[in-house]
Amino acid sequence: MAVAKKKPAASAARGSAPQKSSATKPVSKSAAKPPSKPAAAKPAAANSGSAKSNGVTAGLLPALSREQELAAYKQMLLIRRFEEKAGQMYGMGLIGGFCHLYIGQEAVVVGMQMALEDGDQVITGYRDHGHMIACDMDPKGVMAELTGRRGGYSKGKGGSMHMFSVEKGFYGGHGIVGAQVSLGTGLALANRYRGNDRVSLAYFGDGAANQGQVYESFNMAELWKLPVIYIIENNRYAMGTSVTRSSAQTDFSKRGISFNIPGEKVDGMDVRAVKDAGERAVKWCREGNGPFILEMMTYRYRGHSMSDPAKYRTREEVEKVRGEQDPIEQVRLRLIETKRATEDDLKKIDAQVRAVVNDAAEFATNDPEPDPSELWTDVVR
Amino acid sequence: MPIQILMPALSPTMEKGNLAKWLKHEGDKVKSGDILAEIETDKATMEFEATDDGTLGKILVQEGTADVAVNTPIAVILSDGESSSDIKASALAAAKAEAPAVSHDAPAAATAAPVIHVAAETDVPEGTEMVIMTVREALRDAMAEEMRSDKDIFVMGEEVAEYQGAYKVTQGLLQEFGAQRVIDTPITEHGFAGLGVGAALAGLKPIVEFMTFNFAMQAMDQIINSAAKTLYMSGGQMGCSIVFRGPNGAAARVAAQHSQDYSSWFSNIPGLTVISPYSAADAKGLLKSAIRYPNPVIFLENEILYGQSFPVPKLDDYTVPIGKAKIARAGDTVTLVSWSMGMSYALKAADELAKEGISAEVIDLRTLRPMDTETVVNSVMKTGRCVVVEEGWQQSGVAAEVAARIMEHAFDYLDAPVGRVSQKDVPMPYAANLEKLTLPSVADVVAAVKAVCYR
Repeated sequence: MAVAKKKPAASAARGSAPQKSSATKPVSKSAAKPPSKPAAAKPAAANSGSAKSNGVTAGLLPALSREQELAAYKQMLLIRRFEEKAGQMYGMGLIGGFCHLYIGQEAVVVGMQMALEDGDQVITGYRDHGHMIACDMDPKGVMAELTGRRGGYSKGKGGSMHMFSVEKGFYGGHGIVGAQVSLGTGLALANRYRGNDRVSLAYFGDGAANQGQVYESFNMAELWKLPVIYIIENNRYAMGTSVTRSSAQTDFSKRGISFNIPGEKVDGMDVRAVKDAGERAVKWCREGNGPFILEMMTYRYRGHSMSDPAKYRTREEVEKVRGEQDPIEQVRLRLIETKRATEDDLKKIDAQVRAVVNDAAEFATNDPEPDPSELWTDVVR
Repeated sequence: MPIQILMPALSPTMEKGNLAKWLKHEGDKVKSGDILAEIETDKATMEFEATDDGTLGKILVQEGTADVAVNTPIAVILSDGESSSDIKASALAAAKAEAPAVSHDAPAAATAAPVIHVAAETDVPEGTEMVIMTVREALRDAMAEEMRSDKDIFVMGEEVAEYQGAYKVTQGLLQEFGAQRVIDTPITEHGFAGLGVGAALAGLKPIVEFMTFNFAMQAMDQIINSAAKTLYMSGGQMGCSIVFRGPNGAAARVAAQHSQDYSSWFSNIPGLTVISPYSAADAKGLLKSAIRYPNPVIFLENEILYGQSFPVPKLDDYTVPIGKAKIARAGDTVTLVSWSMGMSYALKAADELAKEGISAEVIDLRTLRPMDTETVVNSVMKTGRCVVVEEGWQQSGVAAEVAARIMEHAFDYLDAPVGRVSQKDVPMPYAANLEKLTLPSVADVVAAVKAVCYR
């Protein structure tokens, strides 16, 4: 179900100029390391090219293969349908507490995941269902955690904001805004300590980007050249406060400048742009050059959480993004226009995705609650 | 099959709401994500989106209807090829969704707190050589011994490496283990505590030194919310083996912001293990146990004790079990309970009291969480009287916890209310005389013991 990650050791040697992904050629690990400093010039933030509607300029993007397009389509659709179902189940009272949906932002995690290798790590905040599905975690286990059942990833003890899968390289699922940035930098510290070439991805929002520990982490990451990619998912609103009302510097790709961390602004609604930038950042980190910042220009269609009426923005604004930039629709149209897939092919995928989501919902509805004895387990080990 | 749209719950507490407005009408095409209706809750008006594609076949609850219960069918969506004749009356009659009834009353029997089993103390064989060393040296040796045997252990903190430790506790570690394993950090407690926890979540075993625990307040979120809670929140899948250590409590003449005892703060938190030793032997044995322990440990040292010397058994691997108090001095008239620096007052007071014919049993808690209630209660059952000495403030303190446990487990054995000696209820003053007045003293302990002995 997941978008296939590349195999380890297949790090690709790529120039800064846009290339087809097929131009990548495997390089042995030893050849890829140690970093060759002169060649590792900081990537340019933008290449000349067409201006995107959300203000991001990007060069010609390397095309995805048919398989990649289809995989991205299916994975983004799975996240969307999963989140819609979660919203529905919340409405039925099956899911409690806070529930932050990822609808609209799907291209970010799916594109980034396509740039990773097995063994790389992902950590994020509380808007985390999409990240888990992108990491190939079982939708049943995620949905059952949302409903607080024993088959959930945390046995029902964590809920929407607290799920983990060491097996899939997903380190949570953290509820305190910004905490995952230091934790994700710690994952990178562990990778450096062990001398492997794994990369960790620390996702956070435009709101978290103003937290103090983010900059404490930036400082140490660059100081110690830690292989961590900071992915700022700029969905324009920190709960109800727009970036212009909360941030002195609203270009988050520049937030690393005083630490000498390179940054890039990316069209986070275009899975191709995400994957392309992600590959550059991953290469930068894997070669030992230190951290990298990717600002993903994205948008959430739903409120901050289920109980947010989202009165701080207009319906027209939401409809405009949804109508013009929808990440799934972009891929769908490309597949149809290039005749790489027919409407029927895509309907089949839709049906498959709906079946997976319905199975997850069915499981999460009928799975029993945790045994009362679980109250006392897992406090210490 | 036609899909029923149910009245949604739009907040954790919503039970009913008003159907303010339909934005789609019967016969309209709807796509997943389209806004169907506006729902008024007690807090706000929310938009309600479709999650399926199709045609709005029938509206069952008209706009303007108030107090519609959550899960009531409000409309029916028809899929491609279906018509309104597919909407069967029986389907509509199935009023409530099939949300299964969830039982929230857990059987009481299954929810008893588990009993904590404590490993036996390392046997110190007869004739073992005792080496006199300072608490500082004992702590350093503990770290060095553990680092030699486990490559996953590293030390990080401010001035721990090149400066050799602000209080010289990490002296020599950089020279032996190198900069990869003894890491100087910038002065960013929140950030480096988070990095340490992250590395621990990835399986390493960091020892994070705070120059003093006063500065750990900056890192409190990472200690409590990330380190202490992750194992539980992950259903046991992922935890962290990490030691946060450094001096705690009153130092000398450094005033309010650098002189505070955080024993009670940390010992309030399930998921944390809190250790606060007094002697060099316990400092060494407990720190070694803490580093091996697979859970987050708060290891509260004391700056004034760093330079004090104690005999330490000369053994290859001397460990002290976590969660086990020690009877530091046997007696039968009154029980004195303390830990860390408080032990020095308690032991000296016991000497004074002995001269007056009062035999005090002195218990060193050593571990504050989990607390060894049994050792304390057994002693109180014997003596019938107890005074707890705490260097920190009284309100919500560890002494209050000890007193409560004695009341719960040995009420009928008490011949007097449990006494408490603690820091006065003011921020630490700078002036030498005021500072002295603020902290517990031997005389305070003697007076408190006499009070519970009615002498």
